[in-house]
Amino acid sequence: MLKYLIEKEFKQLRRNPFIPKMIVIMSVVMMLVMPWAANQEIKGIKLSVIDHDHSPVSQRLIEKVPSSGYFKLTDYSPTNEQALKSIESGKADVIMEIPARFERDLFTGNSPSVMISANAVNGMKAGLGSQYLSGILGDYSSDLQNESGALAAQTTIPRFKVVPEYRFNPHLDYKIYMIPALMVMLLTMISGFLPAINIVGEKEKGTIEQINVTPVSKSMFILAKLIPNWVIGLTVFTICLCIAAWGYGLYPVGNPFVIYLFALIYILVVSGIGLVISNYSDTMQQAMFVMWFFVMILILMSGLFTPIASMPGWAQGITLFNPLRYFIEVMRQVYLKGSGFFDLLPNFFALCGFALLFNLWTILSYKKSN
Amino acid sequence: MKQFISFVKKEFLHILRDKRTMLIVLCMPIVQIILFGFAITNEVKDARIVVFDPSHDAETSRIKQRIESSSYFTITEEIKDYKQISEVFKKGKVNLAVVFSENFADNLLHTGEASVQVIADGSEPNQASSQVGYISQILSSCQQELMAQYHVPFSIKPDTHMLYNPQRKDAYNFVPGVMGIIMILICAMMTSIAIVREKETGTMEILLASPVKPIYIILAKMVPYMVLSLINLTSILLLATFVLGVPPGNLFWLVMLSVLFIILSLSLGLLISTLVDTQAAAMLASAMGLLTPTILLSGIIFPIESMPAILQYLSSIVPARWYISALRRLMIQGVSVQYVLQEFSVLAIMAFVLIAVSLKKFKIRLM
Repeated sequence: MLKYLIEKEFKQLRRNPFIPKMIVIMSVVMMLVMPWAANQEIKGIKLSVIDHDHSPVSQRLIEKVPSSGYFKLTDYSPTNEQALKSIESGKADVIMEIPARFERDLFTGNSPSVMISANAVNGMKAGLGSQYLSGILGDYSSDLQNESGALAAQTTIPRFKVVPEYRFNPHLDYKIYMIPALMVMLLTMISGFLPAINIVGEKEKGTIEQINVTPVSKSMFILAKLIPNWVIGLTVFTICLCIAAWGYGLYPVGNPFVIYLFALIYILVVSGIGLVISNYSDTMQQAMFVMWFFVMILILMSGLFTPIASMPGWAQGITLFNPLRYFIEVMRQVYLKGSGFFDLLPNFFALCGFALLFNLWTILSYKKSN
Repeated sequence: MKQFISFVKKEFLHILRDKRTMLIVLCMPIVQIILFGFAITNEVKDARIVVFDPSHDAETSRIKQRIESSSYFTITEEIKDYKQISEVFKKGKVNLAVVFSENFADNLLHTGEASVQVIADGSEPNQASSQVGYISQILSSCQQELMAQYHVPFSIKPDTHMLYNPQRKDAYNFVPGVMGIIMILICAMMTSIAIVREKETGTMEILLASPVKPIYIILAKMVPYMVLSLINLTSILLLATFVLGVPPGNLFWLVMLSVLFIILSLSLGLLISTLVDTQAAAMLASAMGLLTPTILLSGIIFPIESMPAILQYLSSIVPARWYISALRRLMIQGVSVQYVLQEFSVLAIMAFVLIAVSLKKFKIRLM
């Protein structure tokens, strides 16, 4: 019986050519476009310079800043007010103000201070921008120190070196971090939205009555809805993995089977969520609104775009109930760090729990009689 | 005119009678703005650190104390073996590892060979570089204290100011974005579905056969949704100001801008409805088709300047981009309206084009 039910589902799917087409196009386009857009890399910060000193030393500093690659010198202002105007009109992000007597103070050892003002509407950008700029100032002063040989005379100054090192993603490439997680987002949208409109669609068209009068059991009916969705989800996922591998040269450091195992369970979880919503809705409109509401929360509170650790405590608590969070963690850990199945056991149990919960709920909430 | 009013009444009744949908449409933005307003941030907070300290002397413990007392970091563990570092990273339990060189204090004072290695989990590049930045600041202030009694020439003191947002609250950056995304999606979804539903249930046929002009049918459809959107706008603005603490800036222009954006979003929904025939397709197009480009290309989370040139051009057809950029200026920087004229005119042109195209495509006959 299951076989015929599944056959029916596939036929329905095939006869509405819009949906399969949309699935394929959406996955390919998203995988090709999204990783380029999902980039929080901070570069090309627009810098406005105010130079009150006009000395060779200040001139050299101004030339040094853009050569770091982080900054673009876009504006030269005579006064602070003028520079603020450039920030307001969006012409500059950061102002560097070199004080008068900069050169003289440097040579006499009076440690002049250079004012850095950053537009902090985007806190991350302002923070990194001013950090980079302070770093450049530090480099510049040690350049000057080395040239003058001032330090060689004083070897007794206690100093230590700071050596930063970035593991797993040494070139700090944002795409490597985002691609595995974007696959999860795509999978959530496709395997979540399709089932959400599935049962309620049959309700609206009235075809559900025909199923209800047959001896098909509840669990059989739900299973027949789940399996095609599983196939679709896995196909999409495989397309994504191939694009990641061939398009971006990104292969998981860890075992790909671990990823597939988790994907299998994860599709069950999101399909379950979709079917539960579908069961409780009367119209497609309701189903879609509710599903959209949850998908947005699931995506934005999963650590996909912004880190979970930055959220306030209560919000971090909410993310514990977010299946996306667990799967995204798995994808990133396996892809970037090569974590094995046993490192990820808590995530495995969490996802299994969600899968059981939602699918049992679907079966229980599906009513054959009104 | 009388016909038009009775049409508007009919639409209101449609909405009012579907209590569940109305509740969803009105409550959803409230829940979302609160949730996202607080939760979407990328501030560095409580980054977890493991320390490997083979020398255990006065200097290293002073540095460790300084790290611990900063609000950005907590030291979760001290490991005894350097090799354990990869293991703790793999389990995903820490963000940073701080490794002191051997005989730190001795070398510091005598040979000048002391070093601190900061190993970051670079998976997330910005978090990693911010964390490394913060910890370098702490380390360099320790260094400065050590050098205080020595006279070092050629040092520059950076004096950093954060404009508009001195505490660097992330709500300032993200709340305008969340407002934009909620408004456009809800408006576009609502209208597209309302029109397609009439097509699907067959009642459109009846409407079109009536003597009312097609343009009135469309306008009548949009009026109630406009009202709903204005209610949503009010609740979102109140929450943003009083709960999330984002300053409203120039209220008059803020409302004008938002109304323009709502009209634009409603006409986007209208356009979608003329292109598809089933509710399912309308919803997939407006929910999924709009959600991704709006989140990714509007500059909410990902700065537009960091994108490749093609995507920067592409992002300029995303209406939310202009709305959000104007909101950030008006609300947070508190600039006057002449600085956002560009955004205003782009949105106006977009709205005009969308309305024109969808009226042109609106079919007077179904077949």
